[in-house]
Amino acid sequence: MAGLGFACLLLALAVCAYGIGASLYGVRTGRVEFSESGRRSVYALAGLLTVATVVLEIAFLRNNFSFNTVADTSSRTTPANYRAAALWSSQEGSLLLWAWLLSLWSSLALFLTRKRMRDVAAYATAILLGFDGFFVSLMVFYANPFQTTNPAPAEGVGLDPLLRFPTMMIHPPILYSGYTLCTIPLAFGMGALLARRVDADWIKAIRRFAFAAWLFLGMGILLGARWSYSELGWGGYWGWDAVENASLMPWLTGTAFLHSLMIQEKRGMLKVWNVSLVLATGTLAIMGTFLVRSGVLNSIHAFGGQTLGVPFVVLIGTLIGGSIYLVVSRRDMLRSEHRLDSLLSRESIFLANNLVLVALCFVIFWGTYFPLISEALTGQEASVGSVWFDRYTVPLALILVLLSGIGPVIAWRRATLANARRNFLAPLLSALVVLVVLLAAGVTQKPLALVMFCCAGFVLGSVGQEFLRGARARRAMAGEAPPRAVLALVKRNRRRYGGYIVHLGIAVLFVGVAGSSSFQHAAELGLSPGQSTRVGAYTVRYVRPTATITPKYDEAHTGSTLALGAELDVTKGGPKGPHVTTLDPSEGFYASQEASQGSVGSLIGGQAVSHVAIDPGVTRDIWTAIEPNMEAPNLTRIVKAGNEKLPPDIALVGIGYLAREYLKHPPQAQFHFEVSPLVMWIWIGGMIVLGGALIAIWPAPSVVRSRVSARARVARGLSRA
Amino acid sequence: MNPSRKRTVRLIVALTAAVLLASALIYTSFSAASPALTPSQLAREAQPGHSYLVTGTVAAGSVHREGPVLNFAVEDRSGEGETKIPLQYTGTVPDPFHEGREVIVTVEKQGGRYIGERNSLITKCPSKYKTAPASENQNS
Amino acid sequence: MSLPIAIVLVLLVALVVWVVSAPLRAAAAGSADVSSEAERAVSVEAEQQRDALRERQDLEAAREAKYREIRDAEMDFRTGKLSAEDYEATDAALRAEALEILNSLQRYGEGGSDGDGEER
Repeated sequence: MAGLGFACLLLALAVCAYGIGASLYGVRTGRVEFSESGRRSVYALAGLLTVATVVLEIAFLRNNFSFNTVADTSSRTTPANYRAAALWSSQEGSLLLWAWLLSLWSSLALFLTRKRMRDVAAYATAILLGFDGFFVSLMVFYANPFQTTNPAPAEGVGLDPLLRFPTMMIHPPILYSGYTLCTIPLAFGMGALLARRVDADWIKAIRRFAFAAWLFLGMGILLGARWSYSELGWGGYWGWDAVENASLMPWLTGTAFLHSLMIQEKRGMLKVWNVSLVLATGTLAIMGTFLVRSGVLNSIHAFGGQTLGVPFVVLIGTLIGGSIYLVVSRRDMLRSEHRLDSLLSRESIFLANNLVLVALCFVIFWGTYFPLISEALTGQEASVGSVWFDRYTVPLALILVLLSGIGPVIAWRRATLANARRNFLAPLLSALVVLVVLLAAGVTQKPLALVMFCCAGFVLGSVGQEFLRGARARRAMAGEAPPRAVLALVKRNRRRYGGYIVHLGIAVLFVGVAGSSSFQHAAELGLSPGQSTRVGAYTVRYVRPTATITPKYDEAHTGSTLALGAELDVTKGGPKGPHVTTLDPSEGFYASQEASQGSVGSLIGGQAVSHVAIDPGVTRDIWTAIEPNMEAPNLTRIVKAGNEKLPPDIALVGIGYLAREYLKHPPQAQFHFEVSPLVMWIWIGGMIVLGGALIAIWPAPSVVRSRVSARARVARGLSRA
Repeated sequence: MNPSRKRTVRLIVALTAAVLLASALIYTSFSAASPALTPSQLAREAQPGHSYLVTGTVAAGSVHREGPVLNFAVEDRSGEGETKIPLQYTGTVPDPFHEGREVIVTVEKQGGRYIGERNSLITKCPSKYKTAPASENQNS
Repeated sequence: MSLPIAIVLVLLVALVVWVVSAPLRAAAAGSADVSSEAERAVSVEAEQQRDALRERQDLEAAREAKYREIRDAEMDFRTGKLSAEDYEATDAALRAEALEILNSLQRYGEGGSDGDGEER
């Protein structure tokens, strides 16, 4: 079976090579059948990679440990759903996922454009096949997912317990979809430059792909933040880690592109800017993929050895060099058709938003790659910390949110100043109300958070006003009742109102970020049973210890041998205050492969994973993680005795004694305890963004063909003026 | 001022602003950054009052918790130096933290001791992509 | 590699080759019995047709975008962002631009039909 998988990879490589040749030959000689054949190569590639992925997935599900990657990342005791996800937990498996998703999305994009943009699509085909070929060659020559060992080991290492969480199953496929989707606009952008056709048809097609990339990437990032917060033991959702930043940068340029594309569509301006953004987004996505794998920057995701660094650097260098060459050599056809009509126009707000987004991207880029930059410039590798990132990104984020509230209020092309001034009243009032309410409530210490709340109030006012006025206009035109008017309004202006909802979602998200970062109470607590301590407005009391043994009783079904924890009671105010919640954090101990730890020791000597306990709330989350003291003498004594007396097949008995001792005489445990206000609004904001995006992207039913010719209608409209 | 001159002025103003901001950014990054050192480099070069990023491996047998403070020592990743930097750390301890794992922690030298900056401990996910000897366990 | 796997592989290769070469075979069959001169004439005409199609598709996309602009301007007026005079000026300009596109489209035989009016 592994042979079949590897053969598919070799075939895929051949198909890529053929497809590139056929597409290029077809577009240069005008022989359409070759371009067609090139496009079909992409479909064939998707088919081959699907077969390869299925082969590997079956190997995982059937515990075929002759596959090295299955033996390295899965085991019989790993639950079935995590065995399936283990495919993308390794370097070689994740490369396969990337290549497979790229082939699927490429097929879809080329299928959707099969009847238009022939020459652009042909170039794009060649470029996409080039990318996929690159990743397939990495697998064939450097990191083969179908490598086997004979005889096959009897048991595998098992999926890293840190990854045994539900989010692990969806975060990588969605994030990788985002990354791979970013390369499609890149390919079509380069294709358009090569074919010298940057026009209305191209805008229409590329908008779809850029939007899909933006959506998937954004959701992937949000899922990663959610995973970090709810499943890792540090209680944060964003740490300016290199890998987090790597996914955020293409998302920022993608957002800028979606906005400035509208300007090109309407006024024929910013062509150079737009193609540069599209090329930058794709290149940043590839750089992000490179960062995760090459270990070139210190990061939590130390994904791969140094061997993959060089090919990636070559690819990125080629991309950057090629992009610059293309834009410079085609600059005549990228000249603007018009100029900005007026500074008071939605176009100019979009320009401002673009500048802020690119500035944000630059700041994050600089900070992320600073270790490499400083080493190159000064010989000493140095890193900037979160504080530096926050210092520059927070003000930019404030401006961004504010702009997203100003944009909806200003008309396209040229707004009327008097109207604009009037339209600002409601949003300003809204922001003022927020300010007054917060100051009255005593929220005075964190000015930046306060400003962010006011900006969000501004956005709320502005979006609300748009909905109100739009509904009123519909009632005037069609006499519908208010609820129906709003629905019809949104249905007939999906892009506009979907966009407004997305802006609202982003504002809500930032409210959550501001609240949870500025007003968080965090503490390290050392508690024994019966002890209680005060954290901010709450009292936390250690009620009793908890212990569970073996997968069957493990609520999370993650396969841990032993989970030790505690039950905590949280009350408001003092110990006798109203009961707020009961939390049950635990630490799961997994088996290791180290025989040196002893029969009992190796059952719990592997990776330890925190099972966090969260009490979510609309105004605040209460979050805690426990670190039980496994060095306590009464516990280590039992492990030692078990190692000496018990053979491996009944070592679980020793674990039973350990659990019993822990329950009878629990040692003092360390707790990381957090009260994070408004953190739930981050996830709610994300959902609103998703909803708005889906509305904006949803295709409207085709307008019924009118019998009156459009020409006549347009002319009639002119004569009315 | 005719429109095209206005546009040029606007462009120059915008570019100047961008260059100024970028310079401010770049300048502060160099002064705000913490140098990344190995334990042996740290032992040689560390000055009190400055913060440094130590990258190395957690030394075997050095992990010892005293209430809120976690004591451990960091040694060179490659194992070439014999320097072990003992440090005292408070704050969140990532799940993968274990003897023998690679860590990055921000420290400051105070007096003769190294104090870890609160919540600055990062532990690398154990690398699974070196050839792991998967078949060493015996399932008897 | 076992026999069934090998057979699957051969079938896979055959399928890939069949899918990928289909357009090539169709083109070869199509021009099998035409003289080379006529072939060239046909291919030149085909290329002109493709260029015309390309132009037409581009103009259709531009037309849709222009219609959307007209509707957006009306929306801006109705939600109070534009005064009546500004709206009329913008509307007139947009409609003139739309007429230009429609005129160009006529050259490619589109006539005055509405297109399929996709909102996207």
